[in-house]
Amino acid sequence: MVGQLDALANWCRKNSLWPMPFATACCGIELMATGASKHDLARFGAEVFRFSPRQCDLMIVAGRVVMKMLPVLQRIWQQMHEPKWCISMGACASTGGVFDTYAVVQGIDRFIPVDMYVPGCPPRPEQLIQAIIDLQDKIQREGTITGREFETRERQLRKRALVEAVGPLSLDAARNPVIQRELRFPRS
Amino acid sequence: MSIAPDHDTRVRPAATREEDYLWTLNFGPQHPATHTTLRLVLKLEGERVVDAMPEMGYLHSGFEKIGEHLTFNQYVTVTDRMNYISPMANNVAWHHAVETLLGIDLTPRCKVIRTIVAELARISDHLLCNGAVGLDTGAFTFFLYGFYQREVIYDIFETLCGARFTNSYTRVGGVSHDFTPLVIEKIRTFLRTFPKTLDDMERLLTRNRIFVDRTKGVGVLTKEQAINGGASGPVARASGVTRDLRKDEPYLAYADYDFQICCAAAGDCYARYLVRMQEMRESLKILNQAIENIPAGEVNVGADQRVARPTKEQVYSTIEGTISHFELSMSNRSFEVPYEESYAAIEAPNGELGFYVVGDGDDTAYRARCRPPSVLHFSLFPQLIRGHTHSDVVAVLGSLNIIAAELDR
Amino acid sequence: MTTDPSPTADILETLVARFPGLETSAYRGQTRVVVGEPASFEVLSFLAAAGFDLLVDVTCVDYLEYRGAKRRYGLVYLLASTATPRRLTVRVFVDDPEPAVRSVVGVWRSADWLEREVWDMFGIRFVGHPDLRRLMMPEQFTAHPLRKDYPLQGRGERHNFPVLTREDG
Repeated sequence: MVGQLDALANWCRKNSLWPMPFATACCGIELMATGASKHDLARFGAEVFRFSPRQCDLMIVAGRVVMKMLPVLQRIWQQMHEPKWCISMGACASTGGVFDTYAVVQGIDRFIPVDMYVPGCPPRPEQLIQAIIDLQDKIQREGTITGREFETRERQLRKRALVEAVGPLSLDAARNPVIQRELRFPRS
Repeated sequence: MSIAPDHDTRVRPAATREEDYLWTLNFGPQHPATHTTLRLVLKLEGERVVDAMPEMGYLHSGFEKIGEHLTFNQYVTVTDRMNYISPMANNVAWHHAVETLLGIDLTPRCKVIRTIVAELARISDHLLCNGAVGLDTGAFTFFLYGFYQREVIYDIFETLCGARFTNSYTRVGGVSHDFTPLVIEKIRTFLRTFPKTLDDMERLLTRNRIFVDRTKGVGVLTKEQAINGGASGPVARASGVTRDLRKDEPYLAYADYDFQICCAAAGDCYARYLVRMQEMRESLKILNQAIENIPAGEVNVGADQRVARPTKEQVYSTIEGTISHFELSMSNRSFEVPYEESYAAIEAPNGELGFYVVGDGDDTAYRARCRPPSVLHFSLFPQLIRGHTHSDVVAVLGSLNIIAAELDR
Repeated sequence: MTTDPSPTADILETLVARFPGLETSAYRGQTRVVVGEPASFEVLSFLAAAGFDLLVDVTCVDYLEYRGAKRRYGLVYLLASTATPRRLTVRVFVDDPEPAVRSVVGVWRSADWLEREVWDMFGIRFVGHPDLRRLMMPEQFTAHPLRKDYPLQGRGERHNFPVLTREDG
């Protein structure tokens, strides 16, 4: 019985995704093209772009994320309510792309969880639509299994304090316990 | 949050004792009306903007540092991502600067082809910019009209070189793909159909009462401010600066065409909108003249100059072609670059887009400085917005057409 | 090709007469003037008064690894005129350890952000600049990334962020 309720909830969720367009660069233009008349994302029930993270459940990170922007990205990700998903659109968001430089974060998945990666520089609108279809499958399969959206408020506040304690951007590794732990990141 | 000190005391409102009534509003860096990633800290008194502190760098990705590590031909891919609304114009600007440094004279056919793609890029840029101004002031349909025509231009570019808008089209001494009859046919179709859409768009917005009220008299930039602040392109021309590099320093094939510089005197958001609309018509004029008179002959410079990759036929039949192919294919050999430096700019859709290139013997620039028009336009923003209401912020931002990737590089 | 449509010879003559010892050169039709540091502000103000009303760009080149370079930083001021289409490049060379020049914000307002960018990227101090803060990099950043001794991939600053997992919400 619970399983069936879950399936029903997931079915509702997957067909009414509200994307939060975190569009920083060129991919943002293709994101706009996906929403515009020719490709028309509304056919897949995901056209309701809302720029307020409180109203969204799908974050589409379109474009490279740089050092100055990453704290903003994390803050917005935390402001979104559970259940939430994240699409990393384009090579830059997924791996840093051609920008292997001092300022560009080499893949947002190092710092926030990502559900779906879209290759391409920039990906064509068809590719983004395919990613959304794949994400819908994923939501149907495993949507609420962890039940994160039913967590208590205290628990969520405790997690949020982690990032706020570190500060928006601390480049001083010696004073930052989280960084000291994460400096041993396997891919860096 | 501290407000940047102000150097221009003329436009600053009288110092107020009522500091308590002022409050600070953070705008961006992730906000629907910035369209890109930039941040404003606004100081408000009720609805009126007393001061604004623009902040940038939220998309700084080290373009100029990469330019010191990629060859002249590789770096064109990075320039695509600079002003991603009109990448073709960036490609043309970059290789124009490189060819100025190397002293390469292009073939007549290449000059015309680059002129055509640069003008198409200008149209697509102005469509998006004006569309965004419409979108921000509530005219969504206008935006969709513009975006549909952009898709047509994307189609042309896709037929031309395979990519929708990150084209990487130019090469040192030429272009990557010559025009085919299909491309020319598509451009002709576009030139036939686009004037009608442009008329429709004008009818939708140019005399629309709401739009005129929201943009006329808003964000006025005087001619002196524009020159002193380094504005260029449509922003400067809307304030009465009659400077257009296509006329002043004719590059490519612009000297051969009959067109006019579009200027306005008012310097407000509405004037900038009108200048962009009119520039699209002038671009159409240029395109109509260019597309019917594409010179025949080679598109890339000859094999004797050893910069552009020769055709297979040249490689197999001429000694120059064989040598040139060998020289360009070997990783440790390439074309010769003088120990010199030069600056060259084109009139990009947004303004003067130039590159200061320093050569040091090999085909990688020692320094590749990009002179972005957006930076100077964004620095003018506090002057434009003081005294207006905060709903005007989006109109002014939209009419300046600030593209973060070009702003921050 | 960019050429100098209106020759800058007359301006150069007056300039050299006024400030003796200036080196001038030309490449591909672009005229360049090299100015010693203490005089740079006077020369630039003089040029602004002489009709170069548009400051197109302020940038810098780090000549650390350049063949035959004697001084490390070469600032580039690109001037243009809106009345007649002519251009002039002014070069000012400065050295470590405390590279500094006088700011020209009072002459051209457009120098404001351009000088901030040079400070951010090269660490050259502009004396008299009203608000010399970093323009692009975060305030906490310590290096000047476009210097030649700073690596392309940085010194690990781009990895220094807390990691949010699914569990962290």
